[in-house]
Amino acid sequence: MPAPFILDRSSVTQVMAWVLAALLPGVAVYVWVFGPGILVTLSLATVTALAAEAAMLKARGYPVKPFLTDLSAIVTAWLLALSLPSLAPWWLIITGTVFAIVVAKHLYGGLGQNIFNPAMVGYAVLIVSFPVQMTQWSGPIELTPSSLSFAQSAAVIFGGDFPKAALDAVTMATPLDTLRTGLLQQLTIDEIMPKSIFGQYGGTGFEWLAAAFLVGGLLLWALRIIGWQVPLAFLAGIWLTAGFLHFFDAGRFGAPWFHLFAPSVMLGAFFIATDPVSGATTPRGKLIFGFGAGFLTIIIRTWGGYPDGVAFAILLMNLSVPLIDAWTQPRIYGGSKRNGKDPSA
Amino acid sequence: MMTATEFRSLFQNGLNKQNAGLVQLLGLCPLLAISNTLVNALALGLATMLVMVFSSGAVSGVRNFVPHEIRIPVFVLIIAALVTVIDLAMHAYVHRLYLVLGIFIPLITTNCIVLARADAFASKNHPLHSMVDAFAMGLGLTLVLVVLGGFRELAGQGTLLSGINLVFGEEAKQFVLHVLPNYQGFLLAILPPGAFISLGLLIAAHNWNKARAEQRAHAAIPSPA
Repeated sequence: MPAPFILDRSSVTQVMAWVLAALLPGVAVYVWVFGPGILVTLSLATVTALAAEAAMLKARGYPVKPFLTDLSAIVTAWLLALSLPSLAPWWLIITGTVFAIVVAKHLYGGLGQNIFNPAMVGYAVLIVSFPVQMTQWSGPIELTPSSLSFAQSAAVIFGGDFPKAALDAVTMATPLDTLRTGLLQQLTIDEIMPKSIFGQYGGTGFEWLAAAFLVGGLLLWALRIIGWQVPLAFLAGIWLTAGFLHFFDAGRFGAPWFHLFAPSVMLGAFFIATDPVSGATTPRGKLIFGFGAGFLTIIIRTWGGYPDGVAFAILLMNLSVPLIDAWTQPRIYGGSKRNGKDPSA
Repeated sequence: MMTATEFRSLFQNGLNKQNAGLVQLLGLCPLLAISNTLVNALALGLATMLVMVFSSGAVSGVRNFVPHEIRIPVFVLIIAALVTVIDLAMHAYVHRLYLVLGIFIPLITTNCIVLARADAFASKNHPLHSMVDAFAMGLGLTLVLVVLGGFRELAGQGTLLSGINLVFGEEAKQFVLHVLPNYQGFLLAILPPGAFISLGLLIAAHNWNKARAEQRAHAAIPSPA
């Protein structure tokens, strides 16, 4: 048996299976905090992603079965579904998933060739095109007057006859939405933060969700499926940028803890920014990539047109990857200090 | 004066083989910016075509008197004068459409495809040939604009010919086709990224069609036994 004798965890299917497994704590907490609607969203996104993937593989003349069963389409579907409002209408979920798989993944050349993270492209398309439907979040069960069962959630998502009043009783603005609206009404952070949606750190319920994604992310790191550079640099980018702003004007800028545990940061840091295809590949490049994404997230959250900026920040950094990789080529041992240049020149 | 073969080859180039929008990728700035509805796209396409036909004719007419070294400034002056005429005419007769198209009418002056036909074709050919060539090229560009505008309008707001009242007055509003009633709207198609994505899809379809035609032509030749 040839060396190396190290357990190989590198096949695409294995990596994707671990990523899905690491998302499970997050999904479980999601169901516990927000109700079972997310299961409908996840299933619909999964079925759509597999259908779109199969159709595109067939159209491009690839063998369907080996590529369809590598689970990469399901990972994209889950990441998108977990970013969408939990009561998003069915056509929203299908549009986003189809766009992610067909345009962002296959039109760019399929698995391993896409320059943008497909799930984030799907999210960006939806938030730009359907801002109203993208705000239909069910609130944390402990804060809303009533909650929806699995069947009721499915009825809302598939657009069955559902009383508007009953829907209003279960939906709520997310913490970041509430923060944004409050700031636009000239309230200070101290006046906004006591609202019940904010909880201890990142929002009632949302902070538990963030903790669950953090656990899943640490699992992926412990298994060496993702490196430490991108998540750590991403969280540092959020923390330092938000902390810097908060330090200068605590009345206008949210606390760094809030920004870290607010929805989507942990998911973005451990599961989306660590995408090996659309992210930076050199060790120093990963640090720059992660920090840049965290920095831009806070900038977009604070001054952008949308409440959250994780998706746009990661897409912008995806765009910068060729440049970052070119800048940060590691020096080959024994080579010159200046990359690729003749030392005598 | 002009044989049928020449005539046909000019049109084949303009509409298909050398299409300004899909093959040469010239004049993309107005193509992407103004293709958000069918009416806008058609109006800008026709205006560009008109400028191209007359500028090519004029450039071809003076081609033997213009020194080679200063030909570009001369051509640009001719084109700019014609664009000014179109600009003032649209300002006078379709004022509301003129307001919608805005800066993109004066910008026809700087449209690469207009100058490209003037320099590459009209400055070397007879006025009649030049005008036919410019017409074919302009028609090719207009067709791409119309397809793009129609597609973006349909995907974006589910209608066709919206804004036709800007040209023909309020009573023309009944001509607006609500193809998809109760459509939610797909904002991305109308926003700038939608223009890039739609044009990309259109170019891909054109290339695919070309590749298939070549394959068929290849298959038609019997392979030597």
